Amino acid sequence: MSLVFFGYFAGMIALTSMLVVALRNPVYSALSLLVMFFHVAGLFVILHAEFLAAVQVIVYAGAILVLYLFVVMLLNVKQDDRYHSQWLVAAVVCVPLLIESIVLLSGGAGATDQTSPSFRSGPHDAIAADNTLAIGKTLFSTYLFPFEVASLVLLVAMIGAIVLAKRDFSEGREL
Amino acid sequence: MEESAGCRLFLSTACFSPVTFLEARMIPVSYYLILSGIVFLTGLVGVLIRRNIIAILLSVELMLNATNINFVAFSHHLQDLGGQVFVFFALTVAAAEVAVGLAIIIALHRSRSTINVEEFNLLKW
Repeated sequence: MSLVFFGYFAGMIALTSMLVVALRNPVYSALSLLVMFFHVAGLFVILHAEFLAAVQVIVYAGAILVLYLFVVMLLNVKQDDRYHSQWLVAAVVCVPLLIESIVLLSGGAGATDQTSPSFRSGPHDAIAADNTLAIGKTLFSTYLFPFEVASLVLLVAMIGAIVLAKRDFSEGREL
Repeated sequence: MEESAGCRLFLSTACFSPVTFLEARMIPVSYYLILSGIVFLTGLVGVLIRRNIIAILLSVELMLNATNINFVAFSHHLQDLGGQVFVFFALTVAAAEVAVGLAIIIALHRSRSTINVEEFNLLKW
């Protein structure tokens, strides 16, 4: 049963991520990325990370993708987007990585299945019982300093985005 | 003894968790690794072969999502919440990256009136 759900989510994630790269119109790419974000959220629900699934939908699908669509429509992109001329470099980089991962996973997948007893014997209450409560406690006790640093990162990004996207003062006066 | 306690705990969590019946413990973690490897490679290919800057940024988002899948899968596998917290931070950094990246794209489009990567060769020797 769970394998069916995993298969559906994994297949849709792989398909839509390939569509993101393959489609020429950036609007269609962004929309297939939206579908992929929803399916990743479903995968998080299967993995008992309900809080992260909600955050994935709210932040990624709600905020980031809307930002992308705004910029795509603001810039009025032409549709003649052919592939980059360095696709040969891409093939040289990625084909060995793909072969390597296939070899590694086909060799190691069977071994990890038997040597993973933590799925059955591990304490399951830490994550499954109340995911949001547990994440909140961990975030505000162990990871308190990185949390504050993350807020600083967001502040810097906000100021940087405003400064970069704003017109120059002199240019504004001329117009 | 321990088995029955775990079973009771499992049944008690089933009351208020609507997804417990999915029983994700059956799926080996290697499946998630294969999936995230596929998505990461797709994003890498997209970064290397697309010419539209917005498509390149979307491919970067693909790679970030692949690492997120990895983190959550291992967090579930090892029963450790650190992976999920790290996904939270990765999401924060992704939001910041998108904001700054799109602002740079707008500035580029304003100065060169194109978003094709091959037009931006000012720093080439």
